[in-house]
Amino acid sequence: MKQITDFKLIEKQVFGRSVLLRLRSDHALPDIAPGQFVQVRVDDSPSTYLRRPISIHDVDFQQNEITLLVQQVGEGTKHLAQAETGTYINMVLPLGNGFMIPEKGEKVLLVGGGIGIAPLFYFAKVLNEKGINPSLLLGGKSESDLIRLSDYQKLGDTFVTTEDGSLGEKGFVTMHSVWQKQSFDRIYVCGPKPMMKAVAKLAAEKDVWCEVSLENLMACGLGACLCCVEDTIDGNLCVCKEGPVFNTRRLKW
Amino acid sequence: MVNTTIDLGRGLVLRNPVMTASGTFGYGEEYTDFVDLSQLGGIIVKGTTLNPREGNPYPRMAETPSGMLNCVGLQNKGVQYFIDTIYPRIKDFDTHVLLNLSGSTLEDYVKGAEMIDALDKIPAIELNVSCPNVKQGGMAFGVTCAGISQVVSEVRKVYHKHLMVKLSPNVTNIAEIALAAEAAGADSVSLINTLMGMAIDAERRKPKLSVITGGLSGACVKPVALRMVWQVAKAVKIPVVGLGGISNAIDAVEFMLAGASAIEIGTANFIDPAISAKVAQGINEYCERHGLQKVTDLIGALKC
Repeated sequence: MKQITDFKLIEKQVFGRSVLLRLRSDHALPDIAPGQFVQVRVDDSPSTYLRRPISIHDVDFQQNEITLLVQQVGEGTKHLAQAETGTYINMVLPLGNGFMIPEKGEKVLLVGGGIGIAPLFYFAKVLNEKGINPSLLLGGKSESDLIRLSDYQKLGDTFVTTEDGSLGEKGFVTMHSVWQKQSFDRIYVCGPKPMMKAVAKLAAEKDVWCEVSLENLMACGLGACLCCVEDTIDGNLCVCKEGPVFNTRRLKW
Repeated sequence: MVNTTIDLGRGLVLRNPVMTASGTFGYGEEYTDFVDLSQLGGIIVKGTTLNPREGNPYPRMAETPSGMLNCVGLQNKGVQYFIDTIYPRIKDFDTHVLLNLSGSTLEDYVKGAEMIDALDKIPAIELNVSCPNVKQGGMAFGVTCAGISQVVSEVRKVYHKHLMVKLSPNVTNIAEIALAAEAAGADSVSLINTLMGMAIDAERRKPKLSVITGGLSGACVKPVALRMVWQVAKAVKIPVVGLGGISNAIDAVEFMLAGASAIEIGTANFIDPAISAKVAQGINEYCERHGLQKVTDLIGALKC
């Protein structure tokens, strides 16, 4: 069941233009699947009217805590990043559908680009709990984009690319040597649209099942306003309700 | 105890003046985790057209100061799909379910209204007259007295329940348009629909919406909506339903003071999915605080 809840900002860590927000609720959290998202209300920001959809980076059900990894993109996220610990942040959650959980024994690759690495942390953690060790392929413009890399590395074999070559292999995620060396049963992608399209194309060439997590501009987050649609083989579908995770075979990419 | 009942005429009696605006509340199902629908006077479900529509391409939304623009373009699966698939799921909600009907030809409106007339649990149509008339060069039905008169009178002939006509604010004299709707047989008018606007991304030198222009809604439109409701309520004898930027109970009370008999909550549902029930409760509290026995005492009670 979805809920509207005030969360207290317990801890904040700044990573360049991104910020990690650890938020605690007084109430038990609802079930949250990896890949689902929250709609955050941004208070006291005059130019921010609508909530901001943010992916769920981590969940701690014992402590009723949700962690968000937020990149400062516009006024709303900039304002959110300035929140001080102890303040309350109102969220609607959990929204959308998560990633399909693979079968044990399947070879799984999680591909993240830029801030798109955020939801893959909770996903990899849940996979670990289910006895699945995913491989992670994380890309950024430079080393500083690879936030919490050592924590990701604990969750599975982790491969890195940076556009400037400051860490890992130089180039885009689609250029990493792991594609030549290994094969996978399932590929999950979150990142900028051009990057996701490139990975989806690569997966299609290899005839590998692939899911992507979209982040179209949205208003309600509940499937009511029909603003965030993506063109699919089943017509225009709301990313907030039918997604944000889609099998690439459904998309008209 | 405040009597919150509102009688809008021709059998449409609301348990309180709060409804949710079409296009902002889905079919109600999207909001049942947040709102007990029995706390609302009614819900007006998604704009429906006779034939299915895919709507406009993405991007369909742009945030603006204290509001948003949308150009969804009436994406819906058509009246028959509504009757077969959605109606059975929502007909027993413990609130009135009104259907917002749109069309791009006169014939579409009439056929759609006839089909909806047969649905027992839909006590009213809200007629959206802001859509372009494809046979009249794309000009909206609702922006001329002749246009609105024609569509309302034709629908009136086939529709026997409460006919609410939703007025476009994109007109020179909204009171004249409202009078034309009343004369053509409307049981009530609701206003305002969205204000036509646009947004530009200066860095890319491109419009932010796929079809360039869209409808503005949200808190920013409230003063315009309030003024129009006041003008229309003075002009017509049928009930007026006010909407446009209502974000809390006091906003709703303002619309009633300006002459609205009931109100609709629209874009505010996106910011607080539970807002509609809170507004209903808040109107009640306002009445108690002001010693009013019945919510109808608010209607047009503005002291000028």
